[in-house]
Amino acid sequence: MARARAVLALAVLLAAPCAPARAQEHETPAPPTNRWSFAGPFGKFDRGQLQRGFKVYREVCQVCHALKLVAFRTLADPGGPAFTTAQATAIAAEYQVKGEPDEQGDVKDRPGRLADTFPPPFPNDQAARARYNAVPPDLSVIAKARGYERGFPRWVGDIFTQYQEQGVDYLTALLQGYKDKPPAGVTIPPASFYNEYFPGHAIAMPPPLTDNRVEYTDGAPMTVEQYAKDISAFLMWTAEPHLEARKRSGMQVFIFLIVLSALLYFTKKKVWHAVKLHPEELKPRPPSEYPRA
Amino acid sequence: MSGHPSYQPQSAFMRWMERRLPLGGLIYSSFVAYPTPRNLNYWWTFGGILAFMLGVQIVTGVVLAMHYTPHVDYAFDSVEQIMRDVNYGWLLRYLHANGASMFFLAAYIHLFRGMYYGSYKEPREVLWILGVILLLLMIMTGFMGYVLPWGQMSFWAATVITNLFSAIPLVGESIVTWLWGGFAVGNPTLNRFYSLHYLLPFVIAGVVGLHIWALHMVGQNNPAGVEPKTEQDTVAFTPYATIKDSFLLAVFCIMFAWFVFYIPNFLGHPDNYIPANPAVTPMHIVPEWYYLPFYAILRAIPNKLLGVMALGASILILAFLPWLDTSRVRSARYRPAYRQFFWAFVIVCIGLGWLGSKPPEGNYVLFARIFTAYYFAFFLVILPVLGKIERTKALPNSISESVLREGKPIGAPAPPPASAKV
Repeated sequence: MARARAVLALAVLLAAPCAPARAQEHETPAPPTNRWSFAGPFGKFDRGQLQRGFKVYREVCQVCHALKLVAFRTLADPGGPAFTTAQATAIAAEYQVKGEPDEQGDVKDRPGRLADTFPPPFPNDQAARARYNAVPPDLSVIAKARGYERGFPRWVGDIFTQYQEQGVDYLTALLQGYKDKPPAGVTIPPASFYNEYFPGHAIAMPPPLTDNRVEYTDGAPMTVEQYAKDISAFLMWTAEPHLEARKRSGMQVFIFLIVLSALLYFTKKKVWHAVKLHPEELKPRPPSEYPRA
Repeated sequence: MSGHPSYQPQSAFMRWMERRLPLGGLIYSSFVAYPTPRNLNYWWTFGGILAFMLGVQIVTGVVLAMHYTPHVDYAFDSVEQIMRDVNYGWLLRYLHANGASMFFLAAYIHLFRGMYYGSYKEPREVLWILGVILLLLMIMTGFMGYVLPWGQMSFWAATVITNLFSAIPLVGESIVTWLWGGFAVGNPTLNRFYSLHYLLPFVIAGVVGLHIWALHMVGQNNPAGVEPKTEQDTVAFTPYATIKDSFLLAVFCIMFAWFVFYIPNFLGHPDNYIPANPAVTPMHIVPEWYYLPFYAILRAIPNKLLGVMALGASILILAFLPWLDTSRVRSARYRPAYRQFFWAFVIVCIGLGWLGSKPPEGNYVLFARIFTAYYFAFFLVILPVLGKIERTKALPNSISESVLREGKPIGAPAPPPASAKV
């Protein structure tokens, strides 16, 4: 215990002089933490939320952002947005993807099939840059590719609370973090926008969401906040499509390992009992007979 | 270690086999009848855990290699393919990625245990040096494995670490070009890292064989640090050590599973989910947590060449530990002053790890320098001097006696060594 206190005291001692330096360096506030249905050991995606998030992607994000690792078939996979295969087929067919060479060797676009992935909005990065002055990142794994510094001691607690939602919390905050005017004394380069949560604050992406921009038919509020949460949840699924299976297997593995450990513990006790039982056979000798170091 | 019962084959086949290839006898004498000190505590179970982790890494790694494409244009996507389309691919990859962390965690505990109980001392010097070689191999293997997913951190870690060799005078630049197989980190670099990442674990397995061989030659050290003298001092490896090792291995696996199934990306960096881009440098390039103390030592020294030398020395110095520590008492249990310096050393290593994750500026650099100084002073000053002047506690006559008294010192402390100035 004394040692643990010493480590803690040392950590505090070290952190104290460093903390103010960091506060001045980044004026970026920590994104607020949200309650996500997929957080924690029993987490599951909210199907309605994933479908709404997909709608936001299709009607807003897709204009600029690719989803090149996601295949249409996965929209109907268990643990996902739970579209039917027929719905997923219909969605795929709405897209034009690059086809295979025909007999003449010409490559023509054709309607998408289940096996295809979402076609990118730009043929290459240069085309994107020419149009938007920046390359909109692919969104397939964006929810795991973004995050924010949790800082000591919160990161230690995250091990036990299983907080793995830095990415989605950041995305949700970012989408709502636009300010019409940068705060006094802050200038941002032209063709960029001020965003509270973006590192450096000058983001090339214009504010993508406005209230009532995407029509929801399930009664969910059509607000920027709801849109931001729904698209973030959808992107968590695209980044981690087997999240539900992972957490479910995790619980099975856990129960197995805990039972196994308990059995091994009692077996160990039993095996070692005989050794502990006869200490009287061990005769101590007087200090005069001790070996010298 | 003679006197334990020898192998008696039970079946006709095993009797036939034993006269031709005495594999049964080898296994019996190594893992069944092998006498282990009866006072081993749970810190001694990490050797078995390490062997298990090596097995996990090799098995998951071989299957991952069946689905991975070592090419700069496909590596990142092929890893994502594993995560999405390979049956239980997510499990294989998360086991392998988090397995590396668990492997290092167990290795560091194993190493600190050896330091605390003086397991490197005569006659276990070669055993210890083999362990240092294993650590070095693990560091190389882990680094090259981290490059394979070809994310931003992969690419920039490869760039930073290979560039360290450019600090070597005259030939440095040529060596770096040779390592890269080109004029920048690129496809040839990724290919050779993949090849070596597949090769080195089997080298590790070979050295593990030597490590176990050396261990069985000299026998295990124990918390009392006195050699077993009588039959009473030891118990048979099976069932006593096997069951104890199995129990802690299962507990270790609970922690492993916690990371794999619930927080698989906790130990990783988000930037490694961004495909490698030579044109964009990440804000902070940080290695995996298990390299952070060495990274802090590297950056603590303002001169690049000296920094690289300090980095290398911080690992290689471990190999000289058997001769740097001049004390004849093995276990820190009977070395009260050493115990204090040892725990300070542990705190310094953890502190260096924390500092390695911070940008090299302001007070971070100052503390990194102080800690680096202590790291080397521990080996080069404290250990050689302390062994000569420390007043050690009385050693128990035997392991049995230390068990009987539950490790509490009995009687008066031993007289100080002749050279001590009081």
